[in-house]
Amino acid sequence: MNACSTAPTLSTETDKQIDRVIEEYKDEPSPLLEILNEVQHIFGYLSDDMLIAISEKLSIPTSQVYGVATFYSLLSTRPKGKHIIRVCESAPCHVMGSESVLRAVKDELGIDLGETTPDGLFTLESTSCLGICSVGPAMMVNDRVFGNLTREKVRLILRRYAKDKEASVS
Amino acid sequence: MNSYLRSQKRVVLRNCGQIDPNSIEEYISSGGYRALKRALLEMEPAAVVQTVKDSGLRGRGGAGFPTGLKWEFAAKAEGDPKFVICNADEGEPGTFKDRLILEGDPHCVIEGMVIAAYAVGASKGYLYIRGEYGQSYETITNALKQARSAGFLGNDIAGSGFGFDIVVRSGAGAYVCGEETALMESIEGKRGESRVKPPYPTDKGLWGYPTVINNVETLANIPPIIENGADWFRQIGTPTSPGTKVFTLTGDVMNRGLVEVPMGTTLRTLVFDVGGGIPRGRKFKMAQTGGSSGGCLPASLLDIPLDFDSLREVDSSLGSGALLIVDDSHCIVDVVKSFMHFFEHESCGKCTPCREGTYRLARLVEKIEDEEATLADLDVLSRLCRVMERSCLCGLGQAAPKPVLTTLKYFKEEYLVHLRDQAASKGA
Ligand SMILES: Cc1cc2nc3c(=O)[nH]c(=O)nc-3n(C[C@H](O)[C@H](O)[C@H](O)COP(=O)(O)O)c2cc1C
Ligand code: SF4
Repeated sequence: MNACSTAPTLSTETDKQIDRVIEEYKDEPSPLLEILNEVQHIFGYLSDDMLIAISEKLSIPTSQVYGVATFYSLLSTRPKGKHIIRVCESAPCHVMGSESVLRAVKDELGIDLGETTPDGLFTLESTSCLGICSVGPAMMVNDRVFGNLTREKVRLILRRYAKDKEASVS
Repeated sequence: MNSYLRSQKRVVLRNCGQIDPNSIEEYISSGGYRALKRALLEMEPAAVVQTVKDSGLRGRGGAGFPTGLKWEFAAKAEGDPKFVICNADEGEPGTFKDRLILEGDPHCVIEGMVIAAYAVGASKGYLYIRGEYGQSYETITNALKQARSAGFLGNDIAGSGFGFDIVVRSGAGAYVCGEETALMESIEGKRGESRVKPPYPTDKGLWGYPTVINNVETLANIPPIIENGADWFRQIGTPTSPGTKVFTLTGDVMNRGLVEVPMGTTLRTLVFDVGGGIPRGRKFKMAQTGGSSGGCLPASLLDIPLDFDSLREVDSSLGSGALLIVDDSHCIVDVVKSFMHFFEHESCGKCTPCREGTYRLARLVEKIEDEEATLADLDVLSRLCRVMERSCLCGLGQAAPKPVLTTLKYFKEEYLVHLRDQAASKGA
């Protein structure tokens, strides 16, 4: 990323949308994290150009904007698949067998943690506790929670999402 | 009544599941916002602080700091404006009480925040909610709107002349942001890295102004305390840990989920009566109290009362109220490895003992599990733990070694059988 860049190559539409988000938070002191959350919500991820634009509009050094964007695990500076799978890896799910759930997802999709399938359909991530330990082992697909998982159940769920290519993006 | 219900006492969860969380009318008709009116219309701020001090309420977010004392520090601190923050970042693995309180009874948390603000003279509040908690975000946002139109937030609350409002902020996936100073950094739009303390938040908190930060469950205790008085509260629980505690039972236990019991209830009662015991005919092996950074207790300590001080005596902590039960089908080293991966991932990286230490802890425990370690490695492991406890900047790094140290103390034989040269370990 080039901090000196002054003319990010964002489409006017994207630029306008970012302006609208910033406008929404104009009365809040230091709303950077809120703005990043919101912009990612709209575009799915935060590109370098978006980060540069945000830094210029807020007059915050690009390094600081980038530092924040890469600190938080829910923020992503890379595009992700259409469906994001988050397997809970915390101790309560670990005890209930999350390792075999994770293996089942990897086997089914042929990707490792942090990777996206070549067709751009799935991204696999791990997550810390989702707060649904009473139905562990658990995972999330987009905003939906699935609990009491077994290898078989994982396979069924993923195949359903794979078939449903038109399913709405989270 | 079955034993699951008999041992429980509902103070914090009194409304959860009983009223519609989206209806302020139902909250009010069950007695809601009465405490707020009493505090704001009939009590001086100092009297509110005194009542909370007298109640002996201690923070439910982990550290167990006396809430009334914290409020008194903030009330006396110089600075304007002052802030109240509700810590709803709840990232502790195995904890989901704050989410269920927020989703089940959002108004009681709002009411607690307004009373806190009045007591310390704060004009603005932040409710910092974990990024993953989408449902809670919506419930609380809706509740705030209702409270505002009912006159319980905004200027001149309930005709008292006191003004206060609350903004919701969403986290973005960082466990360390539950630490109070890291949380403030995050609200300020920065990386969530813990600050050096002192100064404490009650002196220099959000943007450098005096700030009270309390956990969701702590704040949910405030309305009943104001309403029923400090003496009533002190009748519940133990002398040094009055009140109830909400626990989340997880792992190898029949009834997994949320329970509220008086402080000082024993681990055995929680696991075997409330929790219904261990499933599949297996035996209890260990319980980790307080979340990832809590101590791991063996069966011989099942009769320990669960309160702040009793647990500290056995090198564990009450923490957030997470209780992870592990049966005898699991290897302790494997469970500890999972904790260490968590800390390695969540260390914010600001200080070296934690950034490097959590990495080394994870590698050492993996080495032990892979049967490649020696007795000398065990020695390095416990020395590293001691260094981290003493030198890490914040609670994350300081407490990360706790599960290692307590399992080394109570389950040493499980480490020894993994060593490369078992003969050497037998001689030791
Ligand atoms: C690594 C770490 C994570 C924490 N996470 C939380 C949390 O998720 N929720 C919380 O209320 N307190 C958490 N705390 C404790 C807070 O720093 C602080 O003590 C608490 O919010 C104070 O509120 P209380 O006095 O009402 O407990 C955490 C502390 C540490 C060191
Ligand atoms: S102890 Fe760990 S989490 Fe805390 S400041 Fe140091 S590196 Fe960050």
